This record gives sequence, structure tokens and C-alpha cells, in this order.
Amino acid sequence: MIGKDFIRVLYIDLTNKKADIQERKDLYKYLGGVGVAAKLLEENMKKGVNPLHERQPIIISIGPLSTIFPVVTKAVATFISPHTGEYGESHAGGRLAMAIRNAGYDAIVITGKAQKPTYLVITDKNIEFKDARAMWGLDIEETGRVIREREPGPGKRSIIRIGRAGENLVTYSCVNVDTYRHFGRLGIGAVFGSKNLKAMMIMGEEDLPIANLKEYFKTYQEIYKKVTQTDAMAKYHELGTPMNIKVLNSISSLPTKNLLQSTFEHADDISGETFAEKNLVRKVSCVGCPIGCIHIGQFRREFDKGFEYESISVSYDHELIYALGSLLGIKTTDEVLQIIEEVELAGLDAISTGVVLAWATEALKKGLISREDTLANLEFGNTMEYIKAIDNIADRINEFYYTIGKGLKEAVKKYGGEEFALLYGGNEMAGYHTGYAFALGQTVGARHSHLDNAGYSYDQSAKELKDEEIIDYVINEEKERAILTSLCICLFARKVYDRPTILKALNAIGINWNDQDLTKLANDIFFTKLKIKKELGYSLENYKFPKRIFETPTMWGNMDEERLNRLLKMYIERVEKEYEDWSRGK
Amino acid sequence: MPKVLRADNMNKCLGCFTCMLTCAAVNHNNHNLAKSSIKVKTRGGLQSKFAATICVACKEPACAEACPTNALVKRPGGGVKLIEEKCIACEKCVSACIVGSIHMDYDRKIPIVCRHCGACVRMCPHNCLSMEEVSE
Repeated sequence: MIGKDFIRVLYIDLTNKKADIQERKDLYKYLGGVGVAAKLLEENMKKGVNPLHERQPIIISIGPLSTIFPVVTKAVATFISPHTGEYGESHAGGRLAMAIRNAGYDAIVITGKAQKPTYLVITDKNIEFKDARAMWGLDIEETGRVIREREPGPGKRSIIRIGRAGENLVTYSCVNVDTYRHFGRLGIGAVFGSKNLKAMMIMGEEDLPIANLKEYFKTYQEIYKKVTQTDAMAKYHELGTPMNIKVLNSISSLPTKNLLQSTFEHADDISGETFAEKNLVRKVSCVGCPIGCIHIGQFRREFDKGFEYESISVSYDHELIYALGSLLGIKTTDEVLQIIEEVELAGLDAISTGVVLAWATEALKKGLISREDTLANLEFGNTMEYIKAIDNIADRINEFYYTIGKGLKEAVKKYGGEEFALLYGGNEMAGYHTGYAFALGQTVGARHSHLDNAGYSYDQSAKELKDEEIIDYVINEEKERAILTSLCICLFARKVYDRPTILKALNAIGINWNDQDLTKLANDIFFTKLKIKKELGYSLENYKFPKRIFETPTMWGNMDEERLNRLLKMYIERVEKEYEDWSRGK
Repeated sequence: MPKVLRADNMNKCLGCFTCMLTCAAVNHNNHNLAKSSIKVKTRGGLQSKFAATICVACKEPACAEACPTNALVKRPGGGVKLIEEKCIACEKCVSACIVGSIHMDYDRKIPIVCRHCGACVRMCPHNCLSMEEVSE
């Protein structure tokens, strides 16, 4: 809690419809966010038990700076991933962090399984388990609307919910957070579904007095100025992350048509610039962020002859334009937005969905699967057929869709095509084909995300790729990011929140940490996550990279398989040694 | 000349709520934006536009007329000033304000009333809010 030396944890037991609150002084040293969520996962997870078993927990946490400093906007969720079977972690913006803060909690632990579909209402004054039977089967938008109309508190509340994909336990289903944001990756939607938990509404008016207004507001204003008046974050407000499409295309790093190509002949037609000119209608923010990086694009769809149109607004970002655009060979911004909309309504992770469909397109062409399986004519560029397939994934309509609903890893076990399945560490690849640091980084990152350590950034900025330097970068960057994510600072603000700024903010609210404390925190979080993964059976021994990534040139030319394997070995040796030292030091 | 708060450019609003966080901090020494006197919300779901509920600085403030203890007094330029010691937390001002600008702080047992101080305006990144000079 702000100004106190404990973490206030709300425990919710869905089976018995009971809640408990504990003030945990022992968790205070993990600050919040990823640190606290990883620790709570370690305590509450059940080894050797299915990730979708009711005894497995969902943890959501915020940090001490959440909402009260600019761009500290994220909530962190941890869970056992039904997608990879190991450590699951996902981050979401929107209003959730504010709502948890205002309800007076630092973390929420949810266990058990509701007897019938349920939605939770959490406020500073009450915890309610409400009937969601009528909402089961509703899409993300309708579920949001029903709760908005039933519950009080517009402007102060956060509504998070799952769609059909989560209900049907698709292992890459997401939790939608306040319409435009998500806990996207690694299948937390299925964990909600497995608990019969359709949605949560959180809000509160907890009294949160400021201990030292002068000190706090002075620091607040300094950071606010850095955010709004320097160019540290300008790109996120202007074109946003979609500016990457043109940049990556120009350096042969834009994964296209299941990575048969790393440049796209229609890149200009789906670039950030084109989206901005043709479709952008507004930008919005997460609570506490003056940037406005959430780009909303609009397209119109003719639903009948005689100029009968509907207009649809969805948010877009680089990763979505890659996974549901270039990777599927989609040629126009309107079509990309249509596919995004379908993925949104069903409640699927956009990256995994696109990568699975790209693999299926090639598998169909190669005869590994048939039209009877796909029920849609999957071919690159064919938007309407992909839209059908997305619905089929969410509904798990036949054996084929049931299988690919478990992700690409399971799909190749059954149908083959491993060599062109774009998987890194069991998770579908993000939108970069920049080179060794990205490939290694996404494989070894704690949650197999490109954001764990931003290897793509090293590839793009290095003058020369050096093996030792890549290993150093991937390890150090992941540790530094553990500090940012324990504080729930948006990673877009990483240039604003350097270590001195972080310490200043912490000190302004009475947390008197120093640089060494941050270093220790980074190490503790990094290795706690690794410990959790090991306990769940994670190992990179005998790991095999997909052949396709070596066949298509990156910005550094074709990658050499031997070299990437060597890098992986170097990484494992370095981290194992450090892990042993860390374990002994405990 | 006195100044009053205006929210004439809400089409530009990003929904960052910085105005509310600032008001709650500066005027009520609190991190909870429920303590803010400016209230930003959507007109129904995030797909709709943002709207700001603000004190419109009535020249003849109904809230002050409804107050049985004269805890709300007219402010030069419009709106009211709260004299905390006189407030008995009867909440009559809340229902009297038909634009919904006043709500209660149940922790301190006083209504939250806009002072037209301009703190929210200074921290709005998109210039949705402004201070307008008005006659007394």
C-alpha cells in the first residue's frame, strides 16, 4: 500500500464464494507488479497439476507507483500457462491498475472454480459473486455492455472479460481489459474459462492520503514534463508502433506470408502511415498516461446493397498488423482491421492466432491438412476465409480446430510441418525477423515474449553482431525490465524511467531504496521466474529452432543455425551458473 | 478578473484522467481520483466520446441556495466557495446541482466542490480544458 510497508492481497476463492485479505509485509521487498505476482504464483501454483485445473491460481497485481505517476499504467497477471505449460505472465493497460488501486488492493489471487458462470464485482466495500450464466457465449463487446449497464461507476471502474475462445479453453485466448487493452498472451483467457469466470468489474473510492504532497507533486511534474515535452515518447503518440511496418520492411525484417518472405510487396498499403491517413479516428490513453498511444482505426462495411454501411472501430498496433496482416498476406488496412475485429470479439490473442493461421495456410497448400479440416479456403490474402477460420478456432468446431486451439506446438505434433511453424520456446513468434538477438531473446525470455528483453532492438541498433554482446544484452535487458515491470511502468516509457528517475519517484512516496536495492530486485525477480519455470519442467536442452527462420533472410542476411544453437548454449551456461550462485546466496 | 473552468474541447480528450489525478492530489491531498471535482467519463463505453462533468460556475448557484448552514458562499465570477467548518454534510447541495458536479467525500464528510483553481488545466496534455476570464 502507498505509504505503508506491506502488500495488501485480496484472496478470492470461487469454489466457496469467500474472500480473505492479508497484509503481507514479507512481499514488500518485491515492490509490486511482476515481483509480487511471480512470488504469489510460486506460493499458490500446484506442480504437476493441469494449468486449467481449478486449484491453479490467477494473480493480478499493481505496483507502488501505479496510476500516481505518469505512464505507470500496467497491471500484471501471472498464471500457469495452458499454452506452454509453464510460467505465464501478461501485462495490460487500460483502467485496471487504477481500479485495483482505488479499491485498496495491491494484488488479487483467484483460486477455485465457480459452480456456474460467474462475474466478480470487487469494490473497496464489497466482494460479490454474480450470476453470469446469460453472458456465457457472449462476445467481448456485449459482455462489456451488459456489465456497464448493470453496475455503477462509469469513469471509475474497470471491466475485464473473456469471449468464446476463453470459455472454450483455447490456449491462446485472452482477457479483454476495458475494450481496447488485453492480457493477451499465453492463454489467461482459458484460465478464466476453466474457473467459470466470465468477467470482473473493479472500482473503489478508498481513501489514499498523500504523505508528502510537496515532494510527490514536484516529482510528478518533473516526470510529466519529461513525458510530454521531450521526444522520449513522441513516436507512440504520433504514428504509434505501426511505424515499424515500413521500417522493418525496408531492412528485410518484416515477417510475411508465414515468413516465406521478410519483405512484403504491400507493406506500404498496410503501413502505419497508411493507417493514419485512411483509418485513424482517435487516440486514447490508459489512466495516468498523457501520451495516447492507443490508436483507434475505423472501417466501414457494406452489409446490404443501397449504400447500407456499418462502421466499426478497433484499436491497432504493430503486432496486430504483422500477425493479422503481413504474415497472412493481407493487402489493405480495411481488411486488416476486419480481421482484428473478429479476433477481438472472440477473445483470442492476436499474435498466436495469426501465426497459427499462417502455418495452417501453408500446411493446407502442402497437403498436411485438407479442406475438410479447415472448412475454409485458407490462402494468403484471403480475408473472408481467415475470418471464418477465426470463428472456428474460438468455437473449436471440429477435430482440426480443436487441435489448433491448443496452439501451434500441439498442431505440429499431430499434423507435422514443424519446419515452418513459427514458434520460439513454445510460443508463436512476434513481429520481427531481425536476427540472432530477437530469435534467442524470444526463446529464452521468461514468458517467451519479444518484450522480455527486446532482442529485436539489439539487432536493429548494433553495428556488428557479437556473440558475447548478444548474451550480455539479452540477460541484462531482461533484468532491467524486471524492475520496470515490478513497478508496472509501461515499457514505452522505459527511456523516461531510468534508474535515477525510478528512485526519485520511489523516494518521493517514502520508499527509500537505492541503486543496489534495484539491482538485487532485478536479480531476485529474474531467478524467481526461472525457479518457477524449472519447477514446472522447463528446459532448453535439446531445443530445436524452426527451419523456416534460417531460410528467410533477416536484416543481417540468412541466420546460421549452428551459430544460433551456439548462442543458446552460451546463454544456458551463463544463466545456469548465475542461477546456482543466486540459489546459494539465498 | 476572476477565471472559471471550461471544458470546451473534450473531443480532443485522450481519457488519461491526469486532470482528475491532479485535482485529487492538489486540492484533496489524495491519490484516489474519486476525490476530484472534475469528473471525466465516457458517454457509454470506451467507444464513445469522453465527457467532463465540471462546475459550470453558476452566477446564481442552486447549491448555495440549498445549503441550510451557509457553508457554500458565492464565488466572484460564478460558482461557490466551501466553508468547511459550517458544513454539516447534509448533501442537499449534491442534489441541487443539476449538472452533477458536486459529490460527497464520505471520508472527510464534506462535499467536493470545484475551486476553479486551474490545476487540471495546467496538467491536461491535449488542451481540452481552459480557464476563462469572466466578470464579477
